[in-house]
Amino acid sequence: MTSGTAGQSKKIKVRYFAWVRERVGKPEEEIEPPAGVATIAELMAWLADQGEHYAYAFENPKVIRAAIDRNHVRSEARIEGAGEIAFFPPMTGG
Amino acid sequence: MPAIIRLQREPIAMAAEVEKLVGARKDVGAVVTFTGICRADENGAPIAALTLEHYPGMAEAEIARHVEEAYARWPLLAALVIHRYGRIVPGEDIVLVATASSHRQAAFAAAEFLMDYLKTRAPFWKQVESAGTTAWVEAKSADDTAAERWSAPPPQSDAAK
Repeated sequence: MTSGTAGQSKKIKVRYFAWVRERVGKPEEEIEPPAGVATIAELMAWLADQGEHYAYAFENPKVIRAAIDRNHVRSEARIEGAGEIAFFPPMTGG
Repeated sequence: MPAIIRLQREPIAMAAEVEKLVGARKDVGAVVTFTGICRADENGAPIAALTLEHYPGMAEAEIARHVEEAYARWPLLAALVIHRYGRIVPGEDIVLVATASSHRQAAFAAAEFLMDYLKTRAPFWKQVESAGTTAWVEAKSADDTAAERWSAPPPQSDAAK
């Protein structure tokens, strides 16, 4: 896999909720991770490297939950083809 | 699969909602309603209010998936889930779940199932406001345990796979 090849990376909408949103400092953004970033776990690791706010938000990726296109997914889920990815803490509704 | 799923800022008009759900049907023999209410304390400390954040779009979709699952597991005739978001003060309602069936067992079980899944799978997050500060409520492992007891796959979804 060649990273940076034209057409390999694609813009993805990312949304953050609750304290993940507060730590990142924004509710959503468009990101363009390199082609080597294939899973949710790899995306969290890549995001954690994007500055101190991100490092703080993703310092303990095990506690962060993710959704792809509004469906819960595990950290090993592949992000290829995702339109919208969300990161958030364990849910506390009801 | 008659179901009402709604997110709203306003307090829930419980009696009117249940009336709308069951209406003039004569096949319903049991309606179970559960109302979640904002307490004035969290972990023993007084609170001023709760603010509920949610993931618009996914919250409705996730609730709908669990209502569908409830219909697959029990002979339901109607179901309703209304969840509030925004700022809620102690004494106000947060969530209403209602399930209707011919007999009480299905209605009780389905209401409990829906609530257990709402707690752990529906994308809502509570923030507590007290004495001028705010803090995010931490997920409770007791809620995960409550949801897990339903996770033995029902025969219907086994057959579908």
